[in-house]
Amino acid sequence: MTVPYVEALQEFEPVIGLETHVELGTASKMFCGCDTTFGAAPNTHTCPVCLGLPGALPVVNEAAIASTIRIGLALHCDIATWCRFARKNYFYPDMPKNFQTSQYDEPLCTDGYLDVEVDGETVRIPIERVHLEEDTGKSLHVGGSTGRIHGATHSLVDYNRAGIPLVEIVTKPVTGTKAKPAEVAKAYVTELRDVLRGLGVSDVRMEQGSLRCDVNVSLNKPGAEWGTRSETKNVNSLRSVERAVRSEVERQAARLRAGERIVQETRHFHEDTGLSTSGRSKEEATDYRYFPEPDLVPVAPDAAWVASLKAALPEAPSSRRRRLIEQLALSTLDAEAMTNAGVLDLVLATVDAGAPAAEARNWWLGHLAQSANSRGSEPSELPITPVQVARVVELVADGSLTAGLARQVVDGVLAGEGEPDDVVESRGLAVVSDEGALTTAVDEAIAANSDAADKIRAGKVQAVGALVGAVMKATRGQADASVVRRLLLERLGVRE
Amino acid sequence: MTDLTRLTAVQTAAAIAARDTTATEVAQAHLDRIAKVDGQLHAFLHVDAEGALETARRVDAGEITGPLAGVPLALKDVIVQKGVPTTVGSRILEGWRPPYDATVVERLKAAGVVILGKTNMDEFAMGSSTEHSAYGPTHNPWDLDRIPGGSGGGSSAAVASFESPLAIGTDTGGSIRQPAAVTGTVGVKPTYGGVSRYGLVAFSSSLDQAGPCARTVLDAALLHEVIAGHDPRDSTSIPAPVPPVVEAARQADISGMTIGVVKELSGEGYQPGVEQRFAEAVETLTGLGAKVVEVSCPHFAYALPAYYLIAPSEASSNLARFDSVRYGLRVGDDGERGLEEVMSLTRAQGFGAEVKRRIILGTYALSSGYYDAYYGQAQKVRSLITRDFTEAFAMADVLVSPAAPTVAFPLGEKLSDPLAMYRQDLATIPSNLYGGPAMSLPCGLADGLPVGLQIMAPTMRDELLYRVGAAFEAAMPAPVPPLDWEA
Repeated sequence: MTVPYVEALQEFEPVIGLETHVELGTASKMFCGCDTTFGAAPNTHTCPVCLGLPGALPVVNEAAIASTIRIGLALHCDIATWCRFARKNYFYPDMPKNFQTSQYDEPLCTDGYLDVEVDGETVRIPIERVHLEEDTGKSLHVGGSTGRIHGATHSLVDYNRAGIPLVEIVTKPVTGTKAKPAEVAKAYVTELRDVLRGLGVSDVRMEQGSLRCDVNVSLNKPGAEWGTRSETKNVNSLRSVERAVRSEVERQAARLRAGERIVQETRHFHEDTGLSTSGRSKEEATDYRYFPEPDLVPVAPDAAWVASLKAALPEAPSSRRRRLIEQLALSTLDAEAMTNAGVLDLVLATVDAGAPAAEARNWWLGHLAQSANSRGSEPSELPITPVQVARVVELVADGSLTAGLARQVVDGVLAGEGEPDDVVESRGLAVVSDEGALTTAVDEAIAANSDAADKIRAGKVQAVGALVGAVMKATRGQADASVVRRLLLERLGVRE
Repeated sequence: MTDLTRLTAVQTAAAIAARDTTATEVAQAHLDRIAKVDGQLHAFLHVDAEGALETARRVDAGEITGPLAGVPLALKDVIVQKGVPTTVGSRILEGWRPPYDATVVERLKAAGVVILGKTNMDEFAMGSSTEHSAYGPTHNPWDLDRIPGGSGGGSSAAVASFESPLAIGTDTGGSIRQPAAVTGTVGVKPTYGGVSRYGLVAFSSSLDQAGPCARTVLDAALLHEVIAGHDPRDSTSIPAPVPPVVEAARQADISGMTIGVVKELSGEGYQPGVEQRFAEAVETLTGLGAKVVEVSCPHFAYALPAYYLIAPSEASSNLARFDSVRYGLRVGDDGERGLEEVMSLTRAQGFGAEVKRRIILGTYALSSGYYDAYYGQAQKVRSLITRDFTEAFAMADVLVSPAAPTVAFPLGEKLSDPLAMYRQDLATIPSNLYGGPAMSLPCGLADGLPVGLQIMAPTMRDELLYRVGAAFEAAMPAPVPPLDWEA
């Protein structure tokens, strides 16, 4: 049983919290020199250190420390002047040492915030901490029907991911989101992703797991103490962040209304249903036996170094957005429409890549928004970049593509056929500008539509549309319609 | 003809360099001696004759030169050597051949040191008698019915019995120094961070330190110089030049030095014979021109309990990786049992009783709700012990004490009394908690068995140990075991 979202939030106040894991895009792993490239053959990016072989020792990757501090600075955090790594002890086969080197009570960055916009209102999300840890390997469960551990006959482990630097960004409990906890959660993760992308510290691809999110939700009666929270894991797209909060609000409201208690537990989100199922309960949780990592010396970032990292931070996405909206003279309404559709940054990036603002806007609010919608994803998650969109706009502008061809090129890029120019080449989509070739098609169209031709000769110029259509059809849309029209009129001896 | 196994490392290297003998002859002589006596001693877990002779051949071919080129060495089985079985004295790693060399091994190989094989030890270096080895105890060359010390009893017995002039040990709470003391050899725990831990299978990361074992102070210094120095693969390795240990061992002059006798490292728990030899050693040092003062280190009384919280805590985490998934023993993987059960069975069968005792102790000490009372408190004691040392070194250049409270005890005597076994490390543990260097060297016999003198120095002042040790050794050469048990 669930209570509809809107109704639930009239009765209860939500408190949300988000833990976001970001895989850093450093060239080498957190504690060894192994390559971090995604998608290599299993266990090829490993060494004694990231396999946790007896005797091997970790050494901190300075680039990962720098990235973490830059994230902290971008989130207005205090940067520790001295902190230590800690061991989080628990047994799991994808963790080579059976402890994770992480940070516990001495995180690198603390006490910051991130402002996000929801329906034109700014909401300040308080940040508790940003810390650095190592990622685990991946288990592959074989022999079952589902690929899950349940029913599998055996498991294989790939340690390529083990030891990749992972930054955990934890919010403080976020109160006061009133009727919009799900919308705020999604706006936060979206904004955070844009900040991280702007910093260039990660490729922030949720579908590849380089950005992962855990969502905490609790409900309480207005004025009452906070309720018991649940933690939903495995939330792997922006849309799912919103859906996970929404479904948890609906589930908890129903339980509370029925007088049942909320169990403090970990829940697993399922992308297919948009619902979560109960995982392990916190009451049987592991005691991680944290203690300072004795194999590593403390990290003591030099104040001058931190200052230089701060001075070199890129402009925040929110301020860049405001500035560009002004520069491009977008109307507030237009900007809001783009924000709501989740395309504002994409439009701005497309403009940055050289496209006129109007073209960029039309693509992202039009064809690309529809494509995203039909895939059930966000425009930002489409496999096309603003640079590629700008290239398509350029090809249209210089007459190489017609509007119709341009859509086909974009579809080709979305289908993974490569760069726009590759798609033009492989699909043979260039505009036919050879007038000789077009003249043949024009003559054939006139011959096949003699009635229409006669009407035109008789001065009924508007009838030319049918002939243009016939030529376009014959050339599979590759001709420039205005050229076809001019040629048709010339052949028919009509002057406008 | 000279018995090549009786030479010191310095003499051996000189003889090879002068072409009086060859590295191959030296290696073969030691391999022959191991074949002859190790059946009675059990100092070695694995003898790598092929590897040893290959290194010797390269030295003889002039491919490698240096002060220790061609000199044989026994390697404690806690240090990984590529392709050579490394068990750490445990069933859980039986059959594992490491795919990489420890930094110490890389440096030994580069120096042309001939690694004869891997020596026996208490499982995971947890013990003071080598009786906790899963492969059976090592016997003391002075009396086969007695322990050779631990955890590095294999290394000290190999050196004392002329199976090898040099050995590498590791010292977490005394595992180089106590075996040196009870076998009448020289053993040095360098400053923590002085020798790379990369490739040393961890027992307690903040305490473990590899170091040299030898029959003379100068030999130990030469080996120290080869293995020490900054290693970027070990974050805790100190980025500073190696202290001038060889120069100090040659200098061997202590006139004008102040030597502090630690009041707390005597009395209850120390055998009268040991105390007597120690008192005579202090007189000898005075005779050599040193000024002797008494110093007090009041927090040393808490060193043993603090150690038995810190070391097991770190061990409980360090030993978690032995789970059967990636290497070593796997028990019960019959296709029916689940992962957790296979891990449990493997660890139940693969670890010995002492290792399990310490894992449980450490797991408990780190548990939520107990951390502050145990691990946290022990770290505070550690700071106080460091302060004791700092204050003592304001009054004296080095500190001295007996290295072990007793001479070698009979095999089996303390097996059923872990606390009595733990007390073997009363005098050695403080230096591990502090991080400073310490040496044990022979200072005579009590009841016909060796007694060790411990010298302790400030961190990164390792050369002071060698300066004092060499001077003392010149006045009082090490006793030689009668080896009357040899066939």
